[in-house]
Amino acid sequence: MPTDPRYDYALREPRLPSPVDTSLAEADIDKGTRLGMYRKLQELRQFEKRAYDLFMQNLVKGTSHLSLGMEAIAAGFGTAMRPDDYTFATYRGHAHSLARGMEMGPAMAELLGRENGVLGGKGGSMHLTDAKRGMMGSYAIIGAHLCIANGAAWSAQMRGTDQVAVAFFGDGTTNIGAFHEALNMASIWNLPVVFVCENNLYMEYTPIDAITAVDNPAADRAGAYGLDSILIDGNDPDAVFLTARDVIAKARRGDGPSLVEAVTYRSGGHSRADPGKYRPEAEIEAWKGRDPIPMYHDRLLSMGTPEGELSSIEREVAQAVDAATEFAKAGAEPGESALMTDVWADGGSQWRN
Amino acid sequence: MAELSYRDAVAYAIAQEMRRDPNLVMLGEDIAAAGGVFKTTVGLLDEFGPDRVRDTPISEQAILGAAMGAAMTGVPVIAEIMFSDFIAVCFDMLANEIAKSRYMTDGQVSFPMVVRTANGGGSRFGAQHSQSVENWCMMIPGLKVVAPSTPEDVVGLLAASIRDPDPVVFLEHKSLMASKAEIPDGELVDQLGKAKVVREGSDATIAALALMVPRALEAAERLANDGISVEVIDVRTLVPLDTRALLTSVSKTGRFFTVEENPRLCGWGAELVSIIDEEVFWDLDGPSIRITTPHIPLPAAAALEDMAVPSVDRIYETVLKSVDTGSRS
Repeated sequence: MPTDPRYDYALREPRLPSPVDTSLAEADIDKGTRLGMYRKLQELRQFEKRAYDLFMQNLVKGTSHLSLGMEAIAAGFGTAMRPDDYTFATYRGHAHSLARGMEMGPAMAELLGRENGVLGGKGGSMHLTDAKRGMMGSYAIIGAHLCIANGAAWSAQMRGTDQVAVAFFGDGTTNIGAFHEALNMASIWNLPVVFVCENNLYMEYTPIDAITAVDNPAADRAGAYGLDSILIDGNDPDAVFLTARDVIAKARRGDGPSLVEAVTYRSGGHSRADPGKYRPEAEIEAWKGRDPIPMYHDRLLSMGTPEGELSSIEREVAQAVDAATEFAKAGAEPGESALMTDVWADGGSQWRN
Repeated sequence: MAELSYRDAVAYAIAQEMRRDPNLVMLGEDIAAAGGVFKTTVGLLDEFGPDRVRDTPISEQAILGAAMGAAMTGVPVIAEIMFSDFIAVCFDMLANEIAKSRYMTDGQVSFPMVVRTANGGGSRFGAQHSQSVENWCMMIPGLKVVAPSTPEDVVGLLAASIRDPDPVVFLEHKSLMASKAEIPDGELVDQLGKAKVVREGSDATIAALALMVPRALEAAERLANDGISVEVIDVRTLVPLDTRALLTSVSKTGRFFTVEENPRLCGWGAELVSIIDEEVFWDLDGPSIRITTPHIPLPAAAALEDMAVPSVDRIYETVLKSVDTGSRS
């Protein structure tokens, strides 16, 4: 076992969160919007906690990647987006799907591999998609979906619809070629696209700063593509919402793409298989104190929202998650009839006569 | 009737389809003012303008990603990958994203798009600019694969590919670019999944694709002088595959040959041979034989490249020897 912090990452200096910006309580965000964001935060958190419990019961097979601790980004952007805007997410896409209005029942059923899943069981946790709600897919190979988001933005530009495409990705994505190809093309074509780097400090099991040439993996690269460097607190829903509102408005009025780096932390490991032991204890503890949900709860209280209003949101969401769980568990296993469908647009899979 | 080169047929087909569908756009490296490095897109910028005919950076992943994102949100697209060898740098887009997303999403999204690319050898470009990559594309569920051998088929099959609601990889053969033929007047739209019997015969069937079709035809002509009547089938589209045409022909002739430009292992002909064996084995008079490039990277020198890729002589001799042997046994 190495004891050198260059190789044993748990021995590294912890990367600590920035303090909460308390002035955001004064920001120009109306109460309804804030309560809506609180509801989204609760939905994303409670849904994924339940998903985790269902893994433990072996009802969810395969892998899954949770956004626990990172929900403020999906909630903030999801709130700022228009219903016809496009979301492109990664394999860590549960939160982004729910934030665009995907129903919890079919989402949970998909994780369980059931016929009533949003993808009929064919996609699974890493590919959640709800095209009619603008959730254009969760993509499980790093980098590709930034290029695809460009295409949706290009299409909106050609069709003159002023829709905006938003692509969410992790810090690890900033080191793959597709990231750079996508940013360059978005910039030269002035596309209505927003790239959102969720920097949770770890590329899978490796600290991002140990394998990246710059300190801020996305923000420090923005200048190379003629974009502003935007670095925000990804654990503050208000900070995320304000930035999202600005960059989406910019894209919508034809002023081109943006790259946002939102700094955050995942509560757990990279995936179901990962206990996340490569992180310094002090770092994990410090970020527990920056969990976006209790912070936002306290902010709303301090702004005069009655506790009862927040607790009723929490209760309603808990009921919805219970109902989604029951819906999912009640779903049948997909039948053989689904296996050979929808390779082609004619609904079939025939490759010969 | 007008005479058209294989190269000009590409732009002819695209123009026909862009006039028909004002939403159709195309993108690729050097395709606009330059007219493409193979001059297959000459004139399109002038007629359709820079919004519909777009130059891109050397960014193959961004090209196919943009095509995919546009197609899935309602804009049909033609993307050009300059050399088919470069598919390797955007294979994730083709193999993992474009091909699979319809199935993975339970049919929520469709991809009306064509990926055009210059394929094949004969230009002395060496191992990284000469490959025949049909089998790279054919092995992935969710992609249709087309490889025309004549100017008329370029027009008809490219139009059909553009109108197809699924992703199509359209392989244009570099060594056929200068070939010319008369094509009928008026709108030309063919059908994917239809092979063409380009020469009728009774003693043997040769299935060929793209550049190998004229070579198979020339070999068949020589074999006729030896009293061997060869049927030549231009497969044209590998996915969907017209197995009926192949099975019918082999049942009639009793002998089956493929002529493949790709290196030996897992070439498209191997799949055809397996289908023939499974379904019409008892109609065969002898083993099916694949005539392919050896399992090597293509060399650059003319003399070496010509030794590697199946030639008229090699096709002629292989069929002659095999059919002779069969008739004596």
